[in-house]
Amino acid sequence: MLGSSSALFIYLLRLGDNALMLGHRLSEWCGHAPVLEEDLALANMGLDLIGQARSFLTYAGEVEGKGRGEDALAYLREAGEYRNILLVELPRGDFAFTMVRQLLYAGLTQRLFEALAASRDSALSGIAAKGARELAYHVRHAAEWTIRLGDGTEESHRRTQLALDELWPYTGEMLEIDEVEHTLIEQHIAVDPAHVRPGWEQTLGEVIRQATLQLPNQSWMQSGGRVGRHTEHLGHILSELQYLQRTYPDAKW
Amino acid sequence: MTETSWPLWEVFIRTRNGGSHRHVGSLHAVDATMALHHARDAYARRGEGVSIWVVPSAAITASDPGDRDLLFEPAASKIYRHPTFYEVPDDVGHM
Repeated sequence: MLGSSSALFIYLLRLGDNALMLGHRLSEWCGHAPVLEEDLALANMGLDLIGQARSFLTYAGEVEGKGRGEDALAYLREAGEYRNILLVELPRGDFAFTMVRQLLYAGLTQRLFEALAASRDSALSGIAAKGARELAYHVRHAAEWTIRLGDGTEESHRRTQLALDELWPYTGEMLEIDEVEHTLIEQHIAVDPAHVRPGWEQTLGEVIRQATLQLPNQSWMQSGGRVGRHTEHLGHILSELQYLQRTYPDAKW
Repeated sequence: MTETSWPLWEVFIRTRNGGSHRHVGSLHAVDATMALHHARDAYARRGEGVSIWVVPSAAITASDPGDRDLLFEPAASKIYRHPTFYEVPDDVGHM
């Protein structure tokens, strides 16, 4: 049986690592977005996620009680110790891929965070409530783009459908639960994503319909990130994320 | 950055309830909804406002700088148009 504080530690790593990796992927657009206006939008969303990662990882360090702060957890773990889902570590792809991923991730996570705002753990509830408000804008922005790209030109439709086809098998991990969640759900600390799934599927379906896209008719799902089995892409992110901390430990400026 | 033919929009932000919208800048966007999104990200991300207007720049009719004398010069000599000769009672407060 998993102790409740080690379960909470892993749960916080999962939430925090998702935000950290997706925030990093969005930051990669800085200076590369199709237009200046979107460059700002992507950087803003990236910073929202990095902020969420900081809160989750700081709290995770406190729960663990071994003196690790946000930096130690973000920059000094090995690849196998990261608990993010595979969806968020995939390379940024083209603009359609980035927007569809944001729609898929933020759509479910916003609802999850709204539910977590009622968590019995007041620190977790505070972080989730703030994050839900930020993610609500991500959902709206990504949905508007998905609709315009899907229902746009032949080329934009093709790329957006391709992105959805590629990303869909990575969405299953957002709905998984294991011993960690079970332990915490029992104590009214965590939330079962199954509760927010119907609402998510409904709003997602509406966006997909307006975008004239097709949800892939496929049930097999990728898995592994939540228990530390990652794609080869994570190592590449970490080499960039961790370079400074590893080369100049505790660097300050 | 690629060349873009997206329409230009003018952005107006109201900084607080009761104030008026002020022009803060312009941006490119595919349509009105996206113009609001971009305005929020470009001009209101530091808590600058409580309300945003976006207006297609093409919808604005501007005066011709060459008409400056014709339009504005005659007003310069008519100080009686400034209501500066009235005593405002203290009870009225700030007008």
